[in-house]
Amino acid sequence: MRKIVLIGLVLLSGVLFTARLFYLQVYDASPDSLSQNSAIKVMYDYPQRGYMFDRNGTLLVSNQPSYDVMVIPKDVKPLDTLEFCGLLKITKEEFKEILHKARVYSPRLPSVVLPQLNKADYASLSEKMYKYEGFYIQRRSLREYQVDHSANVMGYIAEVNNAIIDKNPYYQMGELIGTAGVEKEYEDVLRGIKGVKYIQKDRFNRDIGPYKEGVFDTLPERGNDIQLTIDATLQKYGQELMVNKRGGIVALEPATGEILALITAPSYDPSLLVGRERSKNFTKLWYDTLAKPLYDRVLMGEYPPGSPFKTLIALIGLKENVVTTEDAFSCYGGYRYGNRTLGCHSHPSPLPMIGGIANSCNAYFCNVYKRVIDKFPTPQEGIDAWRSDLMSFGLGDFLGYDLPSGKKGNIPTSKYYNKIHKFPEHKWSSLATISNAIGQGEVLLTPMQMANFTAAIANRGYYYTPHIIKNIIGPDTIPKKFTEKHFTAVEEKDFYPVVEGMHQVYQRGTASSIQIPGIEMCGKTGTAENFTRIGGKRVQLTDHSIFVAFAPMDNPKIAIAVFVENGYWGSRWAGRIAGLMIEKYLKGEITRTDMEKYVLEGSLEAEYAKPYSGQPFSINR
Amino acid sequence: MIGNKNFVRFDWLIIFLYIALVVIGWMNIYSASLSDSAKGFFDFEQIYARQFLFICLSVVLIIFLLAIESKFYERFASVFYIVSLISLLGLFVFGENINGATSWYSFGPFGLQPSEFAKAATALALAKYVSDIQTDMKEFKNQLVAFLILALPALFIIPQPDPGSALIYAAFVFPLYREGLHGVYLLLGLFATVLFVSTLAFGAVGVAIGVLLLAGIMFYRNRKKRPNFIKYLLIAIGCIAFAFSVSFIFNNVFDQRHRDRFNIVLGKEVDARGIGYNTNQSEIAISNGGWLGKGWTQGTQTKGNFVPEQHTDYIFSTVGEEWGFLGSMIVVLLFVGLIVRIIFRAEKQKTQFGRVYGYSVAAILFLHFFVNIGMVTGIFPTVGIPLPFFSYGGSALWGFTILLFIFIKLDGANYHHG
Repeated sequence: MRKIVLIGLVLLSGVLFTARLFYLQVYDASPDSLSQNSAIKVMYDYPQRGYMFDRNGTLLVSNQPSYDVMVIPKDVKPLDTLEFCGLLKITKEEFKEILHKARVYSPRLPSVVLPQLNKADYASLSEKMYKYEGFYIQRRSLREYQVDHSANVMGYIAEVNNAIIDKNPYYQMGELIGTAGVEKEYEDVLRGIKGVKYIQKDRFNRDIGPYKEGVFDTLPERGNDIQLTIDATLQKYGQELMVNKRGGIVALEPATGEILALITAPSYDPSLLVGRERSKNFTKLWYDTLAKPLYDRVLMGEYPPGSPFKTLIALIGLKENVVTTEDAFSCYGGYRYGNRTLGCHSHPSPLPMIGGIANSCNAYFCNVYKRVIDKFPTPQEGIDAWRSDLMSFGLGDFLGYDLPSGKKGNIPTSKYYNKIHKFPEHKWSSLATISNAIGQGEVLLTPMQMANFTAAIANRGYYYTPHIIKNIIGPDTIPKKFTEKHFTAVEEKDFYPVVEGMHQVYQRGTASSIQIPGIEMCGKTGTAENFTRIGGKRVQLTDHSIFVAFAPMDNPKIAIAVFVENGYWGSRWAGRIAGLMIEKYLKGEITRTDMEKYVLEGSLEAEYAKPYSGQPFSINR
Repeated sequence: MIGNKNFVRFDWLIIFLYIALVVIGWMNIYSASLSDSAKGFFDFEQIYARQFLFICLSVVLIIFLLAIESKFYERFASVFYIVSLISLLGLFVFGENINGATSWYSFGPFGLQPSEFAKAATALALAKYVSDIQTDMKEFKNQLVAFLILALPALFIIPQPDPGSALIYAAFVFPLYREGLHGVYLLLGLFATVLFVSTLAFGAVGVAIGVLLLAGIMFYRNRKKRPNFIKYLLIAIGCIAFAFSVSFIFNNVFDQRHRDRFNIVLGKEVDARGIGYNTNQSEIAISNGGWLGKGWTQGTQTKGNFVPEQHTDYIFSTVGEEWGFLGSMIVVLLFVGLIVRIIFRAEKQKTQFGRVYGYSVAAILFLHFFVNIGMVTGIFPTVGIPLPFFSYGGSALWGFTILLFIFIKLDGANYHHG
């Protein structure tokens, strides 16, 4: 016993230390990573964001240097607050508030004190910066817009929020990320990879040189440039045409699905969202709840499509074999069912398909629609078959384009009608849904969806998923899904009479007033009733002016949908705008200067002010 | 005198372990004290260069120690002891105050710390007294004298103040126990330590409740043997009185810094930037090592000088950071191997003098090793004592070298005569 006590204790302490060291070094070795190490400071070097070009190589957006004042709260030493606030041009209260927020976020990680200084502010501040421990200036790359249009396409970048930081460890407080439009969709391509420098510090937090001579440091990698499918000239022209109107224009290249123009109105100058005035400007745009300049009407707006929808009814009638092109229907100033009438305007009667399209006869399409639904044993099956035909045109669901916003629109299902008519207690027939025949009723489409089905008609039976990316300059190529044909449920041969009908619309029908010399266009006007609520009461407003078209008739180069809120009849605004856009794109110059002058000078602001005037007002005048 | 025969009889395993520890120790001091301002390797402003010089002088010292006739150490033990007591007392008159402790004689740029040498002298004196024919460790009078021999230098060291170095004299209980001191002294010491720590952790009242409960249970379990109730009560009261006096001493006699050191280990107050800074930084440095460490001179915490006193008392944190779990284990095994080997050789001694001395060496090295690494890894309160052969410092290195090589010489003579 006396011989082994000391040996025992020695061995025991050996075991104890082994256990302790194992716990510290292997089991609980948490502060191992470089970024967590208190002796290593991590500095980032931000790369230039990739540029954006239009389809013709015109530069849309590049970069400018910007400087953020950053703080690491735990390193802040007592300072001359008054002098510092003077340099930053903020009040002492604001400064305290910012510092408090930074400390709450993290005492160890950097937070932004003042974002996006310009070169002049930076110059005056940088030479005094040494006085303020814990503060430093971080150089970043900011956007510099070369154009004043296409804000809705390009989107914008903004500081990351905590939700993004939690999800994606790449981002740190104060860094910028694409938050809308192409900037958001192609963030990974445009962003590049930030460089990182590890600096060894001593216990007084002084830099004592690069960590391990910089073997872990990386250089920033510049983001890739991208070329968009939009045509800057067309974008600019479209935006000018839409001044003082609300709505949008979507133009596609039917042969590829490339988006030639994507214009929403009203819009804003993208440069407003750069620099120190950014948050003030953003707030102003955000709170404009009447004009909604940040709201992309062509992707997010769900509207009743009106008469352009009739082309689809005709196609489905042919596809379902319930009508031939020769079948003519009489119009009695409208379509009579039961003791009700769905009204129509005056035109020759009876009409076959081509005439029906050219004159936009409501009665004709009500008859065709009824035959389609009634072909099936029950209206439920009829509606679902009709719906499935429509969905093959990319309607009623997200289209799958490469922009981060959108809506499904609405192509009603049988379930939807069963619910509103309380089936099976109450039965319903095809007549209960008859408004669908003329693009009113429950059907809702986004302008983008209207442009897409127009492109499908232009192609006589197929479309490509619309997309904004033309080329990623660098190792990446554009996603494969944009080069796959989507065939509609309707056969190619059935498209010819409808195309001919749309050509007649332009030749002698509802859009004959917008004829442009030398351009064989196919189109369809639309005049959609719409309602709003004022003080809880449903009030009808002036009709939406709608026009879809493609040109030339053979081998189409452009398919377009134009939507002007409360613009009254189809050819009044939308038709004219579509005509001008097509001429601009195909010919590069405008011959119908009379039409251009009318559109450029015309304003609908008075119309938009009506519902908010508090006075009784008349519509459709 | 240095016959070939004698020379090869030394225990080469112990010498190898000594060399390994000194070399590894120096490499870590080099890393911990590396700075850009060095003017070449032989710039004696640099800590590592000075330690290199100390090591070279140790070699000279070793040759001396091994050359001297082994009987000399036994014969002059009392003289060494008295000289070292005088040198400790002399500090009160001629000592140099460094870092708040008057533990040094200063000679120009170098200082000498007599407490480091007093350990070897005390070990010799104790070995001589215990091995005397007339000494019987079972007699109370002899126990008292032995305690006096080891307590005197400790008493002189405490007021320097250097309670850490004084604490080491407790190590002599182990050789005395080996020579027949009643085990009750060890148990009493252990029990007192447990009570002491529990009092700090749970408070005197908590300990009182615990002791009463324990006594009640023991009494109940032994009730068939008709236990003496008065005896149980007296022991319980004794324990409780001890707990309350510990509490009183801790709160009224100790300095705040002593209290803090205990409280940190007991997890009562965690203040990473204040008093717990040393231990906390040392633990971070060690944790950073992982399995294999960051590599020699690559430790970030070491380079940033985050661990205070890293080249002296906290040198093991450099081992932890730069050599990882693997390197730390090798150092721990080297120490355990060295101490076990010394005990093994001590048992083989033909003379009681050699055995007592060998046990004293093992016990002193063990206590240093246990307290130092316990402190650096955060399982023992901060007690400023060096890690033998590792920590920077001439006095410490020479003190331990003398302590160890006297035993190697005694052991070698043992071979010779056997």
